[in-house]
Order: sequence, then C-alpha cells, then structure tokens
Amino acid sequence: MTITVRPSALKRRRQQLRDMPAATGRGLDDRLQLASPGLRTLLNKVFPDHWSFLLGEIALWSFVMLLLTGTFLALFFDPSMEEVTYNGSYTALSGVEMSRAYESTLTLSFDVRGGLLIRQMHHWSALLFLAAIVVHFLRIFFTGAYRKPREINYLIGVAMFWLAFLLGFTGYTLPDDALSGSGLRIAHAIILSIPVLGTWTASALFDGDFPGTAIMPRVFILHVFLLPLALLGLITAHLLIMFKQMHTQWPGAGRSNRNVVGERFFPRYISKQTSFLLIVFGVIAALGGLFQINPVWLFGPYKAAVVSVATQPDWYVLFLEGSTRLFPSWEIRFPLFGEHFTIPTLFWPGVVLPGILTTLVVAYPFYEARKLKDKQIHNLLQRPRDVPVRTGLGAMGVTFWLVLTLSGANDVIASTFDISLNATTWAGRIGAVVLPPLAYWVTHRVCLGLQQHDRQVLSHGVETGILRRRPDGGFMEVHQPLGPTDPHGHGELEYTGAPVPKKMNRLGALAPATRGFLAPVERPSTPPTEPPTPNGYEGTEVAGTDQSR
Amino acid sequence: MTSQTPSRRPRSRARRRLGSSVRLLAALALAGFLYTAFAPGLAAQDQPLSPTAAEGEELYQRNCISCHGRNADGVEDRGPSLVGVGEAAVEFQVSTGRMPMTRQEAQAQAKPPKWQGEELERNVAALSAYIQELGGGPQMPAGTDLAESAEGAVARGGELYRINCSSCHAYSGGGGALSSGASAPSLAEATDRQIYAAMLSGPQNMPVFGDNQLTPEEKAEVIAFIQHLQEDGDPGGVFNLGRFGPTTEGLAIFLVGIVAVVFATLWIAGKS
Ligand code: HEC
Ligand code: HEC
Ligand code: HEM
Repeated sequence: MTITVRPSALKRRRQQLRDMPAATGRGLDDRLQLASPGLRTLLNKVFPDHWSFLLGEIALWSFVMLLLTGTFLALFFDPSMEEVTYNGSYTALSGVEMSRAYESTLTLSFDVRGGLLIRQMHHWSALLFLAAIVVHFLRIFFTGAYRKPREINYLIGVAMFWLAFLLGFTGYTLPDDALSGSGLRIAHAIILSIPVLGTWTASALFDGDFPGTAIMPRVFILHVFLLPLALLGLITAHLLIMFKQMHTQWPGAGRSNRNVVGERFFPRYISKQTSFLLIVFGVIAALGGLFQINPVWLFGPYKAAVVSVATQPDWYVLFLEGSTRLFPSWEIRFPLFGEHFTIPTLFWPGVVLPGILTTLVVAYPFYEARKLKDKQIHNLLQRPRDVPVRTGLGAMGVTFWLVLTLSGANDVIASTFDISLNATTWAGRIGAVVLPPLAYWVTHRVCLGLQQHDRQVLSHGVETGILRRRPDGGFMEVHQPLGPTDPHGHGELEYTGAPVPKKMNRLGALAPATRGFLAPVERPSTPPTEPPTPNGYEGTEVAGTDQSR
Repeated sequence: MTSQTPSRRPRSRARRRLGSSVRLLAALALAGFLYTAFAPGLAAQDQPLSPTAAEGEELYQRNCISCHGRNADGVEDRGPSLVGVGEAAVEFQVSTGRMPMTRQEAQAQAKPPKWQGEELERNVAALSAYIQELGGGPQMPAGTDLAESAEGAVARGGELYRINCSSCHAYSGGGGALSSGASAPSLAEATDRQIYAAMLSGPQNMPVFGDNQLTPEEKAEVIAFIQHLQEDGDPGGVFNLGRFGPTTEGLAIFLVGIVAVVFATLWIAGKS
C-alpha cells in the first residue's frame, strides 16, 4: 500500500506539529483554568541562590532515593523470624540455620539481579540522608535561620531528624544479621532501663522476651510504612511552610528583610533543582556500586552467643554508643513504697542524655529570642562571626557530639592507631568535659577577630600589596578604600552583615575576576557587561526581586 | 602471676628476718640439689637429639638463648620458659616474625621473619624439632593446605569462627583492640599453618584451642573459613572500606558522599 502525501498536506502537518504545545496548553487551560494569577505568582516565586541553601535538598533527594530503592527491596524482603536452612548461592553459609529475614537479605544480595546494588544504594542513601539532615541543621543554626517566623519549621526539622534516626535504625535491624541483632539487643536494654515504664514497654514492643518472633514484622511495618509516612507528612509541611514564608537570604545589594532576591521558580530554579537531583542520584549510585556497605554475609545470622569486636551502629547512632561507653557504671538503687527500684546505668547515657540534647536544641531559638527581647521578623541571615555567642555554643555542641561519636568507635580507633583501648576511653571522658568549653572559647575569639578585621577593612580599605616609601624613609602599604572617605581618609561605609571584600580582585579594581569552581578564574579581557560588585556595597540589577513579603 | 599471700599474724621483726633467711638458705640448697639432680639429667637423658633438632639447638643458641635461657628454661624479665610449649608455639612465633624478638614490648609484634623462603622453613623446622624434643608439647600436622579435609565445610567453619574467634578477631577477621593495650591482629595475611599453630599454642591473650575444645577436623573447618574471608573478594564493590563496618562507612559518607554533593552545590549555585 502506498500513501501519496501532497506537499500542502505536509506543510499543514508541520504547522500543526508546531502549534501543538500551544494547542495543548490552551486545551488544558480551557478545561482546568490553569492560567490564573495564582500560577503566575507560583512560577515567578523567587528563590535566593546560595550553595548552602541546597543542603536541605540533598536530604530531600536522598529521601526520594530511599523511597525508590526501598520499594524495590520490599518486593523481595521477608521479615519473618521463621527458622530456615540457607541453600542459596553464597556457599560460605550453606546449610546454616537462620531466620527467613536474614535468608531473604542474602537472597536479595546474591540471587536477585541488581539486588546487591540496590541494597547498597539504599543503605548509602540512608547515611547520606542523615548526614544531609545534620549538615542542613548546622547551616540553619549557625546562620540564625531559625529565628521568627521560622521556629515552626525548625521544630519540624528536629522531629524529622529523630524520625529519620528511627527509620535508619529500624532498617539497620531488618536483615537480622549478627551485627544488627547486637544493635537491637542494646535498644532493648535501653528501653528496659527506663524506670517504671521500661519493662512494660519492652515486653509490649517485643511481645515478651528478647528477641522473640514478633519484633521483626513490627519493625518492618514501622520501617516501610509508619515512619516513612510520618516523615513524608512532615517533609510536605516543611516545604509548604518554607514556600509560604519564603526562603531566607544573605544580606547584600538590594536585599532586605522585606524582599527576596534570586531566581524565578520557573524555569531557572526548577531546572537547577532537577539537575541537582540527578547529581545526588548519581553520587548515591556511584557509592552503591563502588563502596561495599554492610556486608551482612560476613556477619552471619544473629545468635545470642556470637559477639565481635568492632561492633558499631551506623554513624548517626554512634554518639549514643559513645555515651554508653564513656559513662561510668553508676547504678542507682533505692527503696520506694516498700519495693526496691534500680535505675540501670544505661538509663543516663541512653535515655537522659539524648533527652537533654534534644531539649537544648529545641529550646535554643526561644531562649535566644527571649534573652535578646527580639520579637521581630527576620528574613536576612546572620554571618556566624557576627553572633559569637551562638557560634561558640554551636561549636561547643558539635565538639561534644564529635567526642561522643569518636568514642563510639574507640575500639576501631585503638586498634587502627595502636593505642590502648583504656587510654581512648579516658581520652573520651576527659575530652567530653574539657573540649567543648575550649571550643566555645576559641570560636568566640575567632569570631571577634574576624569581625574586627571586617571593620578595619571598611575603615582603612583593602590591602593593595603596593608599598610606598614615605618621605621619612619608612614604608607604608597603599590601601584602596571601598567607598567614599572622610577627610581623614577613613571609609564611611557601614558594616551591613554581608561579606566585606578583602582582596583587590574581589573589588573589580584590577581585572574582572570570575569566581571559578575550584580556583578563581581570572579573565582579564573584555569589560564585563555587568560591573562585578563587592557583595552588598553597590547597587545592582538583580535577576528577580520579590517584594511580596 | 600475682598470687596473693594470705595475711598472717604479725610477727616480730627479728623473727621475720630470721625466718626469711632460713627460708632463703633452704631454697638455695633445694635449688642446688634439684639442679644437680636434673640438669645433667636433661643433657644425659641420653636420647641424643635428632640431626634436625641438633641444627635447631645451634640456631637456638645463636638467636634465642639470651632471652629464653640455656636450656630453654626462661630468663627472668626477658623471656618465658619454652619447655613444653611444643613445636606449634615455635612455628607460630618464628614464622610470623614475632621471634626472635628484637626489643622488649608488651606484646611481641609480628614483623617480617628473620629468615626468608626455604631458609625460614628449614630453620622453623629445626627450632621446632629442638623445642619439641626438649620438652614435648602440642604438635603440628604436616602439609601446607590444612583446610583440605574441610572441603565444602566452610559454612560450619564460619559458625565455629563466629562463636570462638570473632569476639577478638572481628567478623571480618580484621582484628580489634582488647583491653589494657593488647590487640588481636588481622587474619588477612595468616597462613594455614600459622592459624593452626595459633589455635594450638594460644599466643599472648589468645586462649589455647586444644584438641578437646576444637577437634583437628573443626580446626580445618575454621581454617577453611578464614581462607574464605581472605579470598571473599568483596562482592559489594571495589572498596571494602577496610571491612571495619559502620565506622568507616560513616567516615566515607562524609568524606566521599557529602563532599561530592557539596561540591555539586557550589558548582550549581555558582552557575548562572
Ligand atoms: C629479646 C628477647 C627474645 C628473643 C631474642 C627471643 N624471644 Fe621468644 N619470647 C620472648 C618474650 C618476652 C616472650 C613472651 C612474650 C610474647 O609471647 O609476646 C617470648 C615468647 C616466645 C614463645 C611463646 C612461648 C609460649 O608460652 O607460647 C616462643 C615459642 C618463643 N618465644 C620462641 C623463641 C625462639 C625460637 C627464639 C629464637 C629464634 C626467640 N623466642 C627469641 C623474648 C625473646
Ligand atoms: C581472647 C581473644 C582471642 C580469641 C578468642 C582468639 N584470638 Fe587469635 N589472637 C589473639 C591475640 C591477642 C593474638 C596476637 C598474639 C600475639 O601477638 O602474640 C592472636 C593471634 C592470632 C593469629 C596470628 C595472626 C598473625 O598473622 O599475626 C591467628 C592466625 C589467630 N589468632 C587465629 C585465631 C583463631 C582461628 C581463633 C578462633 C579459633 C582465635 N584466634 C581466637 C586473640 C584471640
Ligand atoms: C526514608 C528513610 C529510610 C531510611 C533512612 C532507610 C534505611 C534503611 C537501612 C539503613 C536499611 C538496612 C540496609 C541493609 O540491609 O544494608 C534498610 C533496609 C530496608 N529498607 Fe529502608 N530506609 C528508608 C526508607 C525505606 C522505604 C520507604 C522502604 C520501602 C518502601 C524501605 C524498605 C527497606 C527494606 C525492605 C529493607 C531491608 C532490605 C535488606 O535487608 O537489605 N526503606 N533501610
């Protein structure tokens, strides 16, 4: 059969094709009334552009990755505690008695095509997810982004951390290998250590004694349904609130508490986010393909008699492992109502300490606002150096957490660096007490020093590197003022909370300098179309400004 | 050894002095008697050393005598007696380079052995024979592939390993820290004979796994499993992160994962 197409028909076809997007859009709009002012506002919403604002997105995209890979795993994983005999393709465990949960993890790893890769990607995403949450939190804290009106989102963030923590821990437990079994056993002991409620809670959770057969299906439901659902809800709320309140921004040219300067949601921001998502996926895939993680086949099935040195939880739990290793064994016994109560040692480092840490984190924004009698709306961020007390307290917290985390791995550190285990324990105990105040003091000093240098440059100008000989024979360095000067030659610019240019090529006084990716790229040829500006000290045209807040 | 002397009733100083010198004299006399009774006996046991053992004796006198004494009966504060430790201990200590020890330390470290290749083999055999003929003790089987009989029993070996060995040497055989500055080494380089000898002789803090704790068959299975650990080839990726588990995984997520993604943020945010 032959079809003859007349040229005019061809032309019409082409025209139709060209009109298709417009026609589809019109058609959709006729039916759904999309082209409302609302959509326009949405698409034109402005997002400020700074690398540190992308840290939260790392968490978001790794969560998406977790959902994708986790769904794949859930197709093959079976949380049953039924005893089975392994006879899969991993011969080093042939004929070994194990739970179905562990067996299905082995099957997933060795007999499902791509299973090991997906398992490893899932685990790496989990680690990346929590790492991103922590780094994102540090950004929020040190820049004061949690101040009014964003306290709610801050609290949601803290809640999400703990949900993610539980999600990770339950996931780590699922394979029922010897390592995760030891972890679950410690979790069980921590629950038991809670006075009055502990025994009851533990036996309700485990349906009797440890480990029992009920726990794994329950952990599974928590891990694949309840916790992800709760987290999804909180993430949605977090993003909606962020969208409504709009993003904070760094102080700078044309930026105020009442506007947002940055890129429009569509198409710039969206296209950047899409590429960022792909990069995060790519990094996770590379980790999953190149770096072996959680080789459960080496650990063997969980048996109460089996122990190993270097038994650690995932890194985000390590600080609790550390606190239990460091805490002296104080067991408190006391009589009450004629009965004898004991509070096991584990209660303090396992329950009380994380409780106190969380309370401090939750309370800090409110404490700070109250102390400063600050009821204002803040949409501009603060540079960490401008708030030395907060920055110092943050450094103190981070140091404390680091000491605990390192102590959680102190046996690995001891054997790797050939130090005595007892020495590392004592180093941890002393370090946890001594280092945080030291970190506070050092950070506070550094902040003040940096502040002083900013003021100095604003008043005396940037060092040019040019030496001039004075009539009396001495030498002086020529300074380039940043703006107009008073009769004494002192700059008249006020500090505005934005970075102060400290090098000549940041000023545009030499050649125009483009900031490169790894090193500054100097391109001293054509004058730039837009004058390069030292942030915040000259007016500029900006890509988009949203005056709506 | 720290044996506690039970507390006695206080005595006068003079009596204590007298008592101790009498005891010292008695001990000296006894020692002299024992020496004359047995020392010639040792040499005059008159089972002449086998040629290999004789070679071993010579090596011993050149390399070991300073710490382990004339008749391998030990030198206080330098080295323990080797009477009765058996050839397993000698083979373990010499083939892993722990002996001859070069400096006094809490735990003799494994290092490149003093001899290499065939010379090492011959000298180990000679020294082993010497110590064996001197005082007896656990003996080694022959051959270099001691897991041969355990073909296909790797899984059972794994179970035995996890019950008996992983508490010190870790699931992955990577070793780990024990209390008070001691540590269990990695098994990544250990040969079959060294593993067998380690189990038989229980060096340092390691318990002895005699034939009634782990039968020779079970030892072979354990060795088969350790071989498997050494050859496992890490199906999960190019980098096994030292098989340290979550510790290095946590380090990697920050040093590789977060660093890579933060570079991406710097790059993307800078793009316009
Ligand atoms: C510098 C002193 C020194 C020298 C030289 C030395 N040793 Fe040792 N040896 C020791 C000490 C100390 C120990 C106990 C500590 C340890 O096992 O780590 C020991 C332990 C041993 C043991 C283990 C004993 C047991 O109870 O299991 C054997 C076997 C041994 N040495 C054999 C040798 C042989 C064979 C040589 C010569 C090739 C030698 N040593 C040279 C100091 C020495
Ligand atoms: C209580 C802890 C402990 C246990 C349990 C233990 N070991 Fe050891 N092992 C050690 C220590 C400590 C050393 C180092 C001895 C030395 O340096 O003299 C060691 C050394 C070794 C070595 C020598 C490694 C080398 O190349 O230097 C081997 C092989 C070995 N052990 C195998 C085993 C096997 C197999 C088992 C189980 C049947 C086992 N060990 C159980 C503590 C232990
Ligand atoms: C969102 C946060 C999540 C985190 C932090 C997380 C974390 C983890 C971790 C650490 C493991 C252990 C992996 C291993 O065996 O090496 C795991 C296993 C697992 N996860 Fe998740 N996960 C998340 C979401 C999900 C979701 C949404 C699903 C399913 C819909 C899922 C399904 C599974 C399954 C089935 C396993 C066991 C598979 C195995 O043993 O390898 N996960 N998870």
